[in-house]
Amino acid sequence: MTVAGTPQIIVEDLKKSYRVAERTPGLVGALASLLRRRQRVVRALDGVSFSLARGELLGFIGPNGAGKSTTLKILSGILRPDAGRCEIDGLTPWRSRREHVARIGVVFGQRTQLFWDLPVREGFDLLRAIYNVPRARYRQVRDELVAQMKIEPLLSQPVRQLSLGQRMRCELAAAMLHEPSILFLDEPTIGLDAPSKLAVRALVAELNRKRGVTVILTTHDMHDIEALAQRVIVIGHGRVLADSNFDALRVAVLRDAGEDVRIEEVIARFYALHGASEG
Amino acid sequence: MAIASYAAPFSVRFQRLLTYRAAAFAGFVARCWWCSLKLMIFDAFYTSAPNASPALSLAQTISYIWLAQALFSLLPFCADPEVTAAVRDGSVAYDRLRPVDTYTYWFARAAAWLLGRTAPQLVLVLPLSVVVLPAIGLGAWALAPPVSLVAFATMLLSLALGVSVAAATMTLASAFVVRSGDDRGVNALMLTLAFVLTGSELPLLLFPDWARTFLLLQPFAGVFDTPLRIYCGALQGHAIVYALALQVFWVFALVVLGRRLLASALLHLEVQGG
Repeated sequence: MTVAGTPQIIVEDLKKSYRVAERTPGLVGALASLLRRRQRVVRALDGVSFSLARGELLGFIGPNGAGKSTTLKILSGILRPDAGRCEIDGLTPWRSRREHVARIGVVFGQRTQLFWDLPVREGFDLLRAIYNVPRARYRQVRDELVAQMKIEPLLSQPVRQLSLGQRMRCELAAAMLHEPSILFLDEPTIGLDAPSKLAVRALVAELNRKRGVTVILTTHDMHDIEALAQRVIVIGHGRVLADSNFDALRVAVLRDAGEDVRIEEVIARFYALHGASEG
Repeated sequence: MAIASYAAPFSVRFQRLLTYRAAAFAGFVARCWWCSLKLMIFDAFYTSAPNASPALSLAQTISYIWLAQALFSLLPFCADPEVTAAVRDGSVAYDRLRPVDTYTYWFARAAAWLLGRTAPQLVLVLPLSVVVLPAIGLGAWALAPPVSLVAFATMLLSLALGVSVAAATMTLASAFVVRSGDDRGVNALMLTLAFVLTGSELPLLLFPDWARTFLLLQPFAGVFDTPLRIYCGALQGHAIVYALALQVFWVFALVVLGRRLLASALLHLEVQGG
């Protein structure tokens, strides 16, 4: 459901560095660091640019430490970049954080936004209140999502007692309760078993196709990309290495190779080609 | 600004804390232990030197001790444990994804933490000190009624300000945790300050003269020392108005300071892991 016209998300030349404290190991190193601190600057993003139209589904791949999560955190308004421009529906995320985050849904696969000690249903109710969703509308949206994610039997369980696959389906529902038009998914299938992965993929595809939600998804599972993404951005060393559809990427890499190469192999070769593998 | 965005997290946390029965009873036993110890010490002290402290009589001190123990969980002795955990594991990112003012969000949750742990203690300690002790012949060590109804109403107002001072102090400490990425330093400091400066160990009026002026002016006095002085009649007339104004000033100052520190800490926020 791609709509032509002005892009919904514009990212230009984003840069972000972190300082990492370093010291020599052992007692001498510890004492020395009392006197003088050494810091190393790590460039997480070194000029990332792309744009995305409303209703697109973009896959974001790259080795660990390439800058995928940092990009998503900047786009979510959590981190501010050192330089560069980002505009999402006319807002700069880190400048108009509150207005911006009300319009987006985010899932970080490695942590939970549900409330650990609360039953899922009460966690949803709490999010309704925080996002100030009108009650009638909330009930309708929640019931739709619950049916779609098949989480009805889980609603009365405390979050801490859910399996990872169950939890991830609840996380996706939680991220959609306020009907955001944009969804950022940071490794939503990490650690999931095959049925759960398939379920999460089906849900994301449905949100994208039926509701027209714009999705950016990071993953290390190339089957996620193959199943979902029309477009893929490969990121390495904080830069965009490729921005194309997945088939074009496959063709570019496989020019000299046999046809029956596994997807993981394709990507590994691509990273190696660009020297993007983690050192 | 929608109030519900902050009231809902407040009431969810408050209600959850009310359900921790074992913690409530353990706290109650500790309160009783300290109360009986302190009552015996002060009884012996005032019996051997009846006019030692013109500021607070034995009867006033007894009421103060009961209430200070009942309200003990209002001590802001650490940064918010939930915020600390979120900073450590990186889920603080989710707090920043909510369309709310982060300071107010954390302040409301800190207030819920303080009140949710205090309410069960009040429910257990007050009947013991008001009803049970006189019934078993220990009326002299019971919690006396407030000096007047007006004093009681004023104390409740002052107590509301006290909760605000405590919640603002905790949120300020939480901002330090965001800034440094670690809670140990700030919590060690807070623990010492809160125990001594609130009057939880010794009513502030019973400290030596040279320390007293400072102790009554500093922010921690507003947590429960001020309300308790109003309750037992150690503060009267215009002095009450000044004391309330001082509490309002500290709430304002702590909120401004906490907001500034949090804003600058969040500017340099790093999200741990992944």
